[in-house]
Amino acid sequence: MNIHEYQAKDILRKLGVPIPAGEIATTPDEAEAIARRIGSEVVVKAQVHAGGRGKAGGVKLAKTPQEAREKAAAILGMQIKGLTVMKVLVTAASEIASEAYAGIILDRATKKPVFMVSPAGGIDIEEVAATTPEKILKLPIDTRFGLMPFQAMRLGFFLYDDLAKARAASKIMQQLYTAFMQSGCSLAEINPLIVDKAGQVIALDAKMGIDDNELDRRPEIAALRDETAEEPSEVDARNANLTFIKLEGNVGCCVNGAGLAMATMDLVKYYGGEPANFLDIGGSSNPEKVVNALRIITSDPSVKAILFNIFGGITRTDDVANGIVTATKMNPLKVPIVIRLTGTNEEIAMKILSENGFSASSDMDEAVKKAVALATGGQAA
Amino acid sequence: MSIFINKQTKLIVQGITGRDGSFHAKQMMEYGTQVVGGVTPGKGGQKFEGTVPVFNTVAAAVEATGADTTVIYVPPMFAADAIMEAADAGLKFIVAITEGVPVLDMTRVYPYVKESGARLLGPNCPGLITPGESKVGIIPGRICAPGPVGVVSRSGTLTYEVVYQLTRAGIGQTTCVGIGGDPINGTNFIDCLEAFEKDPATKVVCMMGEIGGADEQNAADFVKHHMKKPVVGFIAGQTAPPGRRMGHAGAIISGAAGTAAEKIAAFEAAGMGVAKRPLDFVELVKARLN
Repeated sequence: MNIHEYQAKDILRKLGVPIPAGEIATTPDEAEAIARRIGSEVVVKAQVHAGGRGKAGGVKLAKTPQEAREKAAAILGMQIKGLTVMKVLVTAASEIASEAYAGIILDRATKKPVFMVSPAGGIDIEEVAATTPEKILKLPIDTRFGLMPFQAMRLGFFLYDDLAKARAASKIMQQLYTAFMQSGCSLAEINPLIVDKAGQVIALDAKMGIDDNELDRRPEIAALRDETAEEPSEVDARNANLTFIKLEGNVGCCVNGAGLAMATMDLVKYYGGEPANFLDIGGSSNPEKVVNALRIITSDPSVKAILFNIFGGITRTDDVANGIVTATKMNPLKVPIVIRLTGTNEEIAMKILSENGFSASSDMDEAVKKAVALATGGQAA
Repeated sequence: MSIFINKQTKLIVQGITGRDGSFHAKQMMEYGTQVVGGVTPGKGGQKFEGTVPVFNTVAAAVEATGADTTVIYVPPMFAADAIMEAADAGLKFIVAITEGVPVLDMTRVYPYVKESGARLLGPNCPGLITPGESKVGIIPGRICAPGPVGVVSRSGTLTYEVVYQLTRAGIGQTTCVGIGGDPINGTNFIDCLEAFEKDPATKVVCMMGEIGGADEQNAADFVKHHMKKPVVGFIAGQTAPPGRRMGHAGAIISGAAGTAAEKIAAFEAAGMGVAKRPLDFVELVKARLN
């Protein structure tokens, strides 16, 4: 789960990280009022879960409250990478003397959180890593011991030669690490970390990604989820305990297991079709999940054929068959459906389906070919 | 022969009285696995299915039964502690089925288990099966058959699909291992490839990877430099968009890294067979067995 910049800043600010004053606005009026309260030049920043906000015109400097109102009016409602901007952060502008980068990512290779800092901040850190890797210090942290003071100082001195600034930065590293661990992050980033004209080290932007597996035990973080910033069908699916990702194609896929779901999408492509979605109904065999899955798939108007691919292990295929029958009785299908079932209780499932006028196959390739043919307007192979 | 488990494996089940634990404990017993004990705090002294003794702690279970292996079905928030408890009790092989374990928990668990000298498989994995001998986890026994092919995969149902195709074509397996779909897991592809290379009964290895991370690329490098046995690989997620978590916590393309194309190129560079779809494994394996 991603959280917004302003939410990440709130978390860091509470831990003591120096961050310019700022408030969230959903209307131009609010933006103007906030700018007036701040009483200096402000920056109006789009709050969306997308990178490249600046390039897309979603970050603007405003010299007066009136200007803040105009900028907010322009940014609110704007589309950035397909997402509509519903909120802007209005925050005091800073005079930047130098920009650095500080971040922590959960690294698969070292199996640890890894600090990355670079005095070359403000730009894409992946680009710095590719072109000038010597400008990045990477420091894996053993979470059993935490970030030790000497490590924090090493990070601070990598960014600044000056002792006061290095100390200020090392304190921010400790606070960033605390935020990372307390919020259950997979990523936490301050980019840029700046030194202003007065010599203060300040976090100008913040980004946090949360490990979804943490949300059950961190309700205060789970509450930060902004459903208005997500694809509605994905929110619907999550609330029904399904893993769903919308794609651009027209073959709606419903599969059990993430690996098989990906392999099914790939096979759709292999046979010349395009998958409309990734959908994993998971391991439990609950007919209600199938009902929800069908509702979500069919709510996408671009879906021209539906493909079920179920390999019954823990999942009982008769439960899936019952789910399909129940769902289609409630809401008759407007597009053709192709069903592939094999494994646990396959014979019972096939019987249920044929009694209700469905045909099913036990062969994955055959089913995928047929679904692709139906979706592309041809006849079933 | 086989890797990691065989007829002699003595297993305890952590979470044996829970919904998933009890269901799969029965399935494993029916398959022929030696289930010598179970652990559920507060239920020590009971018998599971009238025969298997239940203990309050893993230490007590190990002491009483002489178990060498454990399988874990406890809820995600307790999984880290359960794994460390097993390592602390001296178990040598720990299979964690639980899905949804916070990755930060695994940053503590992984070094702890490593230092104890135990092997961890998972979490978020289907476990493993040595057909005809023993199964630990949830892989359906009837889709497998004994034979000369080693199988290792990051997925559950995709593994079933490939194993089912192989078995239908008359090709059996030495051991099928699901290493799990999480970003930090105890056993990786290389650990399994190394074990299959040493196992005299394994003649060909099938490897099912997916997008995200660099495990498959590292495995390809291992195949190239350290394996004599042929390996056939497959990557799921060729149509996955970047930046999205595809069900498995570890199945995510970050920036331009971890794509299917990158992994398939690594397989090809290592001289591996590449299956474009699950069905292709059958012909590619047949050609390498002869």
